[in-house]
Amino acid sequence: MIEFQNVSKSYHGKAVIENLSLHLEKGKITVIIGSSGSGKSTTLKMINRLEEHNAGKILFAGEEIASIPVEQLRCRMGYAIQSNGLFPHWSVAENIACVPNLLKWDKQKIARRVDELLEVLDLSPEQYRDRMPHQLSGGQQQRVGVARAMAADPEILLMDEPFGALDPVTRASMQKEVRRIHRLYGKTILVITHDIDEALYLADHLILMDKGAIVQQGAPMEILTQPANDFVRDFIGRSDIGLKMLSLQTVESHMVPGEYRAGCGVISSDIALNEALSRFISEQSDVLNVTGADDVHLGLVTFSGLLKIPALQSQMGRGA
Amino acid sequence: MSTQAIKARANQAIWLFLGLLVAFSVGMPHLETVFHALFPKLARPVYLQTSFVDLLFSHIWLVVVSSVISVLIGVGVALFVTRPAGVAFRPLVETVVAICQTFPPVAVLAIAAPLIGMGSSPALIALVLYGLLPVVQSSIAGLTSVNPAVLEAAKGLGMSPFDRLRRVELPLALPVILAGIRISVTINIGTAAIASSVGAKTLGTPIIIGLSGFNTAYVIQGAIVVGLLAITTDMLFELLQQRLERSVNNTEKN
Repeated sequence: MIEFQNVSKSYHGKAVIENLSLHLEKGKITVIIGSSGSGKSTTLKMINRLEEHNAGKILFAGEEIASIPVEQLRCRMGYAIQSNGLFPHWSVAENIACVPNLLKWDKQKIARRVDELLEVLDLSPEQYRDRMPHQLSGGQQQRVGVARAMAADPEILLMDEPFGALDPVTRASMQKEVRRIHRLYGKTILVITHDIDEALYLADHLILMDKGAIVQQGAPMEILTQPANDFVRDFIGRSDIGLKMLSLQTVESHMVPGEYRAGCGVISSDIALNEALSRFISEQSDVLNVTGADDVHLGLVTFSGLLKIPALQSQMGRGA
Repeated sequence: MSTQAIKARANQAIWLFLGLLVAFSVGMPHLETVFHALFPKLARPVYLQTSFVDLLFSHIWLVVVSSVISVLIGVGVALFVTRPAGVAFRPLVETVVAICQTFPPVAVLAIAAPLIGMGSSPALIALVLYGLLPVVQSSIAGLTSVNPAVLEAAKGLGMSPFDRLRRVELPLALPVILAGIRISVTINIGTAAIASSVGAKTLGTPIIIGLSGFNTAYVIQGAIVVGLLAITTDMLFELLQQRLERSVNNTEKN
């Protein structure tokens, strides 16, 4: 979907991106993570030409982006930033309708699309359509921001630290939302973040950047199990790499057959393993009953069973 | 008293002052007995050479024309120095406009009148120069106070520079710009009275004639009408700003 070929960018003679080549696969969530000044945000902004690159080529669906008129290019890409980017003088519906209006969609089609997106993002259209941004909570504003980015059904969704201003609880729920939307529409998504947990949770493909270059890229599990160097190890947090590995897998993947054990706790099959570990400890038990949808007993998960690391490719069974 | 009640009271006050303005302009000749009682030594205690309605309209006309020119120039200049191409000129513009404000309007009139003749033209020049500063300052302040994240979102979503200006920057800057226009117009209503000294027909005419002829009654009559005009206009702007605020912040907040 997006291809960087030896791209460089400098400000006043000082290089911020050097000879960057990367590929964003269609229908996948790619997350670029790095500390501030790593060039991650610049990388995203070069895609919708909020920053122009100085050398190399950036291809969007096979076309060089410099050859596409800039406003047209941006209308084909959804763009979401921190919650304060909503237009404060427009209602929720007008905010979401921004790009469809620029593309001169038919009024009824726009109204239908606005309601559909509000529905998808768990905001009841009747209640929220006519509210102003300042009447929404931070989380709701962010939902509207995401809806606005997706309004004209863009070919790729660019999210620049979208949840940076949210509290941890709202943040976690927005991350779930992004995965849910991704399952629903199968969009190509690029997320920029400095939060390793957010990156591990969202990414199909994770790119770690430092000083304008890629340090390591791959599936999250691959980076956790085979960090390329000390920088990567530090970044992903040496001490709790194990816990992070657990967080990438669900109870389902470690379930063993077994009858229902009376007196042991019950855990849902789609819960992440780090939460299962916490339950083992807090309940002082080494076996938990696993249930699926509708509380059907599926099997057991054991404390020692958590030690198994599955082959790298079997990641949570989420993906596109 | 709630803010709502205060605002309702203020809206009623506009009608009161508007009524007083009309009453004094139309009914000034009928106040002859009152002014005669106040100033028994004056042979003609009410200014009658031109009707006050006439003076009021030419005063308003002078202020409207000069303010429209000030706003067009002021907002235009502010737009220019807040675009990337004009940023370098911003300090220069701010200095020049501030200098315009330091000239006393009387001095501008005194210099302009011999150059371009007596009448409304030198008055217009003085008023335009004098009204420029508040408009330029508030427009620059308004345009630069727009949240950069909002502008970046507008850009990133694909709005053209013109769309961004028309649909995002100007609407968001408008309350601040309007505050500057309000100051500029209110100042110019007072300043326009001085323009009578170079022959422009304004509500200042009775004041100037009264001052030179030791006729205090004329001075008071002119001052009352100018004062009422300034207060009424200021209140109208207040109303306009409230409307604007409501349309931006919706009803629930007020």
